[in-house]
Amino acid sequence: MISAAFLAVIILLALLVPWLSPYGTGQASDFQFSAPDRQHWFGTDVHGRDVFTRVFAGARISLLVGAVGTAVSLVIGVFWGMVAGYVGGRLDGVLMRAVDVLYSLPSIVFVIVLITTLEGHVKRWIGAWAPDWVPAARMLFLFTGLGAVSWLTMARIVRGQVLSLRTRPFVLASQSLGASHRRILLRHILPNVTGVVIVYLTLTVPAIILYESFLSYLGLGIQPPDASLGTLIAEGAAQINPLRVFWWLIVCPGAVLTFTLLALNFLGDGLRDALDPRDG
Amino acid sequence: MYFLRRLLFLLPLTLLIITLAFFLVRIAPGGPFDRERSPASPAVERALAERYHLNESLLSQYLRFLGLKWERQPDGSWKRASGGLITGDLGLSLKYRNHSVSDIIRQGLPVSLALGGTAFLFALGFGIPMGFYTAVRRGQTGDWMGSLVALVVLCVPGFVIGPVLILLLALKAGWFPVGLWGTASHGVLPMATLGLYFGGRVARLTREGMGQALQSEFVRTAQAKGVSAAGVLLRHALPLGLMPVVSYSGPMLADLLTGSFVVENIFQIPGIGVFMVNSSLSRDYTMVVGLVLLYALLLLLLNLGVDLAYSLLDPRVRHE
Repeated sequence: MISAAFLAVIILLALLVPWLSPYGTGQASDFQFSAPDRQHWFGTDVHGRDVFTRVFAGARISLLVGAVGTAVSLVIGVFWGMVAGYVGGRLDGVLMRAVDVLYSLPSIVFVIVLITTLEGHVKRWIGAWAPDWVPAARMLFLFTGLGAVSWLTMARIVRGQVLSLRTRPFVLASQSLGASHRRILLRHILPNVTGVVIVYLTLTVPAIILYESFLSYLGLGIQPPDASLGTLIAEGAAQINPLRVFWWLIVCPGAVLTFTLLALNFLGDGLRDALDPRDG
Repeated sequence: MYFLRRLLFLLPLTLLIITLAFFLVRIAPGGPFDRERSPASPAVERALAERYHLNESLLSQYLRFLGLKWERQPDGSWKRASGGLITGDLGLSLKYRNHSVSDIIRQGLPVSLALGGTAFLFALGFGIPMGFYTAVRRGQTGDWMGSLVALVVLCVPGFVIGPVLILLLALKAGWFPVGLWGTASHGVLPMATLGLYFGGRVARLTREGMGQALQSEFVRTAQAKGVSAAGVLLRHALPLGLMPVVSYSGPMLADLLTGSFVVENIFQIPGIGVFMVNSSLSRDYTMVVGLVLLYALLLLLLNLGVDLAYSLLDPRVRHE
């Protein structure tokens, strides 16, 4: 409950702060590296930008990437797993071996190739239709790239569930009543895997946010002047030197990222404990 | 029998994975000889492409990579092109000219193995006691605190932990060197940075596994026949409770041993983790395929080893 409330607060802040803040997210000022005080709650960075505003604008992007990336992985994973588990036999073997193969491919190679390949094609395509949207295209690659590497576990979990559901009496009953496969899958099996899927979803969101911050650290993620929490931390880490310590540049975005991930994980754990029949 | 079959199955699977990697990196736009500043003249680029056979068709390149390419000699006879995977030759790196992929891997791998191996031990040494403690104290303050710590280390990215550790322990306290690789003390901070995340995962898995083991019937039987509390926990519950950790240790080791870009980059360690990212970014085709081969082989072999260990540890597991 606390974690859900905390998450709601973060989301609200992420939505409201960049909008209500007296400073623009990219607005530079003369006050470089000023420590946190009453005017700049999280201090300012190398260009004198207000870190508080930037952190929550970054949180907004991180959460967006996490949510949409998870949605992509949800659609692929659930579809893949349901078909494999329900049809079974040879198709199941082929589909799950494909998952095994993708598991053994280092995901970073896959993501880099996917992002750069898409970039070439999609940018040209979008540039022809709506040139204003080219920067937003980057987000699109991130969504698909992150979703595309995160659906594997989801597919395995869903398949496992469907395998046992397939032989339950209520599925056999509707089969013998002549229900179509589509109807059985959508009306009978899908609702029964929802619980497990939701639990795993809440654990996928933090994983994807973390992966995005890693990609941003590599320079493959969000491009400046936009920033995610990951890029902010990477910027802060670049400023570390033995002479002067600008701790707020790394601690503030790091703390917001950590607390967000913590809340998501707690939420997932809580949901799992609540839905797990073994613990009374 | 089961394991022999899996071992045999390993070869086609690996081949499939590297084939996928081979075509994947070549499909991506851009090439290994592209440069942002002062691009080479078209003639030079053509010469380079010819030297590395990048001007041939994809299929021909693939056959050459496998070592199954037959070329017509000037005198009209057919001869197999030299090198190729079947002779164990991964080819020359396209970015580090004159260095073969095998050479680069051979130089970086020992470092990554040492770092990954110690980080693995660190993760187990941190995670198993932590998970054990939280499982035994389930529902109490100790559980809550321990689980929180395990979650926190999971949620802090390595590129935050690394600089913070450098700042606190290397620059302020001066206990450890700031970076580079060499003596044992160089390895401490990278090991901790790399191992903490995995330690958190191990702790959570141990807690989960122990929690289930403690509820099972044989533990109750052991308690009923008067085995001491410590005996029940250590002799009966712990081996079963560690099963999730055993199955996770395969992928974990594969990840750790092939190096970490973040840690190697922060501490400037000459391992192979950096190459994994940089070679895919710079389209060093041969390098990518070589590293993917290494990773996939390691992962598949370790997973096989894990399954083998599984059936040894838990007699109930039978492989048909």
